[in-house]
Amino acid sequence: MARSLDIPTKGGFSFDLCRRNEMLLKKGIQLPSFRKTGTTIVGLVFQDGVILGADTRATEGPIVADKNCEKIHYMAPNIYCCGAGTAADTEAVTDMVSSQLQLHRYATGRESRVITALTLLKSHLFGYQGHVSAALVLGGVDVTGPHLHTVYPHGSTDTLPFATMGSGSLAAMAVFESKYREGLTRDEGIQIVSEAICSGIFNDLGSGSNVDVCVITKGNTEYLRNYQLPNPRTYVSSKGYSFGKGHTEVLSSKIIQLKPKIKAIEGGDAMEE
Amino acid sequence: MSIFEYNGSALVAMVGKNCFAIASDRRLGVQLQTIATDFQRVYKIHDKLYVGLSGLATDAQTLYERLVFRHKLYQLREERDMKPETFASLVSALLYEKRFGPYFCQPVIAGLGDDDVPFICTMDCLGAKELAKDFVVSGTASESLYGACESMYKPNMEPDELFETISQALLASVDRDCLSGWGGYVLLVTPTEVQEKILKGRMD
Repeated sequence: MARSLDIPTKGGFSFDLCRRNEMLLKKGIQLPSFRKTGTTIVGLVFQDGVILGADTRATEGPIVADKNCEKIHYMAPNIYCCGAGTAADTEAVTDMVSSQLQLHRYATGRESRVITALTLLKSHLFGYQGHVSAALVLGGVDVTGPHLHTVYPHGSTDTLPFATMGSGSLAAMAVFESKYREGLTRDEGIQIVSEAICSGIFNDLGSGSNVDVCVITKGNTEYLRNYQLPNPRTYVSSKGYSFGKGHTEVLSSKIIQLKPKIKAIEGGDAMEE
Repeated sequence: MSIFEYNGSALVAMVGKNCFAIASDRRLGVQLQTIATDFQRVYKIHDKLYVGLSGLATDAQTLYERLVFRHKLYQLREERDMKPETFASLVSALLYEKRFGPYFCQPVIAGLGDDDVPFICTMDCLGAKELAKDFVVSGTASESLYGACESMYKPNMEPDELFETISQALLASVDRDCLSGWGGYVLLVTPTEVQEKILKGRMD
């Protein structure tokens, strides 16, 4: 019976636990909250290409689950994507489209285009009618020039010269609207992007920690991880806690020695006939 | 009452110098009634890779069996053990497959990779990976664990000191959580040996 065998499936979602989870909901048990990336993500087009920026806080309800997560995901050597929304959805959808783009590059023999990534993302998200909760800022440079797009969870997209998404988008957009102009240089662009992310970090509770920046130009991509660290940890005690050996009360202990793995050597002495 | 608070659990993993430690509490309850005080939450995948599963106990056991099955198939095909990073991707994929009807489990994965570099990671119930260089926590006591680990953790601890630190952080945190406790189980793995210790804790 195929149903009881746990053969690795061919991919896509599996819905077999849905009935049980529905039953639990009816019994009054609340479903868990998923890890979200509260987030401030931004992108802008400058004279030579595209600059993407993101904060690095991942939240689980009101608790900070990860103080330094990566929200700028790789799609292709010339295309990167920032993700906001449910963390598992943004990671899974960007990984999936990145693999599809790689296969497409092998089939066509050409560099990927940003519009290809955009179409793959929007068709996937529209198909799941917004239940895959991923809001993305997609940017890259291809043969047709620099492109910046935003993708919403329901599958709609916008093509813009500068864009912000996430809970900190209003704070970041305020900075962009006052400082953005066409024809920015690389340094000016990075400066405006990090100011916008810092605005999100300090004013929005769902965003925090550090600033990540990614600069994409024709033929070159620079991923500046932790470009700015405006929130260093200052309250560490210099002595720290030190517990002496034997401080904790132990009921029983078992020590197992790990055997080193024996390697078989090729071309050793043959057995005598 | 949330589904994660049905059984109660506390899990923490910490990185030391060329070693790692993974610890869990030992209580299994059905809401407020304790039904077991020796429940195992940390499972072995291979000599240098362990996974702890918090959340609903039945989903934790089912998920463990599926993971062991997939790892055994991998061993047969590749003729070697899985690297911790690969295993983390496997767990993430298995959890995300059930995106719209998830397993109510939050795994904590800890292993020694190539050149005995320690690797730890945790995920939410949908498989969103969180790689950390210092510590990861999971379970109903996670909020207390975050606080205790933030203050007690130091980088590059030797195995003995790491054992003491992780035990104190675990015991301090479960004392502030009704649903976890009844002692602790700590597993410390170095390149040459594995130490399993059972801690005495409060029995309430």
